[in-house]
Amino acid sequence: MIGLLHQILSGLVTGGIYASVALALVMIYQSTHHVNFAQGEMATFSTYIALALIDAGLPYWGAFVATVVISFIMGAVIQIVLMRPMANAPVLSSVGVFIGLLLVFNSLTGWIFSYTIKSFPSPFESSRPLLGGFLSPHELGATVVTLAVLVAVYLFFRHTKLGLAMRAAAFNPVSSRLVGIRVGHMLALGWGLAATLGAVAGMMIAPVVFLDPNMMSGILLYAFAGALLGGIDNPAGAVIGGFAVGVIENLGGAYVVGTELKLSLALFTIVAVLVFRPNGLFGRVLVTRV
Amino acid sequence: MAGARTLAIIAGSACAAALAFGLSGYHLFQLTMVVTYAIAILGLNIVTGYNGQISLGHGAFYAIGAYVTAILISNYDVPYWATLPVSALICAAFGFAFGLPALRLGGLYLALTTFALAVALPQLLKYPALEPWTGGVQGIVISKPEAPFGLKLSADQWLYLFTLAIGAVMFLLAANLLSGRIGRAIRAVRDNPIAAEAMGVDLALLKTRTFAVSALYTGVAGSLGAIAVQFVAPDSFSVFLSITLFVGLVVGGVASISGAIFGAAFIVFVPNLAEQVSKAAAGAVYGVILIAFLYFIPSGFAGMARRILQRMLPQRPAMVVRAEVGARENGHA
Repeated sequence: MIGLLHQILSGLVTGGIYASVALALVMIYQSTHHVNFAQGEMATFSTYIALALIDAGLPYWGAFVATVVISFIMGAVIQIVLMRPMANAPVLSSVGVFIGLLLVFNSLTGWIFSYTIKSFPSPFESSRPLLGGFLSPHELGATVVTLAVLVAVYLFFRHTKLGLAMRAAAFNPVSSRLVGIRVGHMLALGWGLAATLGAVAGMMIAPVVFLDPNMMSGILLYAFAGALLGGIDNPAGAVIGGFAVGVIENLGGAYVVGTELKLSLALFTIVAVLVFRPNGLFGRVLVTRV
Repeated sequence: MAGARTLAIIAGSACAAALAFGLSGYHLFQLTMVVTYAIAILGLNIVTGYNGQISLGHGAFYAIGAYVTAILISNYDVPYWATLPVSALICAAFGFAFGLPALRLGGLYLALTTFALAVALPQLLKYPALEPWTGGVQGIVISKPEAPFGLKLSADQWLYLFTLAIGAVMFLLAANLLSGRIGRAIRAVRDNPIAAEAMGVDLALLKTRTFAVSALYTGVAGSLGAIAVQFVAPDSFSVFLSITLFVGLVVGGVASISGAIFGAAFIVFVPNLAEQVSKAAAGAVYGVILIAFLYFIPSGFAGMARRILQRMLPQRPAMVVRAEVGARENGHA
């Protein structure tokens, strides 16, 4: 029983990371109907930037904020330079550009920061275990940060004028433009936010899994599974889906398939969702003209 | 038209075969890999280029083909040539089974699912319960076949000619399939599924069968690759194999049979050049070139070659050709 509780708790911890990346994917999907295959590699790149800043002597939280800002700019610039001309391109082209981005970021990371596995510092160092040894201080801290970010994103979209404008631009670009919303700016902003979410997720998971250029490829897969499980057009659903996938992964890894097949669980989740509930648990049922 | 294509493939193969007698072992190995990847990319092209279903996980079928061949040779002493039909059948069955759920959904979902398959693949291959067959992390080593019938050929020469012969047959079959009734149905599903359905095409069945044929091609390529490399291991089949095939597809030319050869030559020779700069350069070069092609030359090397040929031979029935190229560029790439 204690073991089960432990598994569920640590599943929720990693689930928070998946939820952030899933939310980043859904934000881009909602506004452009693109799935960003490079989301994971962009997050890894941001995490390396954070490490470089810390190594350069910045305090942890200073590096954290700087990385968030740099990632935001990076995401927005990619949208403006690369994705804007692809707005009406066929699916194959947009998928191709994302795969190209994935390759570029992956090898740039290896090129600039080397392929050796590095450890990443955690700001939540403390010698005593918390909650009766269930969670390490880092796990608890990472969860608090992740949840804070998710709540901030929710409040931003729900209660600010800019958030409303962004939702409008995603929901109906033509009408939004007619009422004076700069749809292009909103898309760039959305990309920036998505890159930021990924960067935070990367910095929070790096102390646990260690930093190497392929760090996020597995996490991206779980995030895909989470986004699909929750419904790829529903941000709240994606967050819940991300947490659920974290728990499924941990319980499945501990009791069903063993740790060797943990990654395949994500694949099975994706296939199962697509077969039995293609719109996810909370997604809108999509009606297309036949 | 069909006769001309057959002649072109046979003549091209004959010229390529002549190379066997002028090149050294390593260059022959590279050419063998070009033919192998050309078959794999042709398989990917059938489903992604002609049928419009984006697969980012064809490395999985390549891996299955490679493993089937390696296991049959090392565990059951099957001669290498006899493993090809077995691996073709097994890969077609896997393709059919995997396509059944995945292909009913839109293009992006298939891309996602196949991408997930590609990422999870090495882990599946390392699964301990399969270790008696797959050899786990260590993989399987197989020996290089010698030339049969007392032919005076080195092992490299024989393997190249063998691969080339298989490749020529597979290209002929694909060219015939795609230019006939079924090929038109495959393209119709890509360009306008509603109209295709109205014409009596069973969308789900045709898509799944196309996926199976495509998996068969890539699987046979995997078998040939395993024989040429003489080694299979889970980490040779990472997600980057699938991505490499995808890059070869786009750079060579989407929905073009000759594009598969250009694409294969690209993915064999360009990383070699790029790696002289840095280990990481190959990926960056791939990425940059992929994006550049999508923006500036969406019809790939094959499209470029076609355009140059058209300019040189203006007396040909240009209207038909242009209409075909136009349809390709509008519908796709």
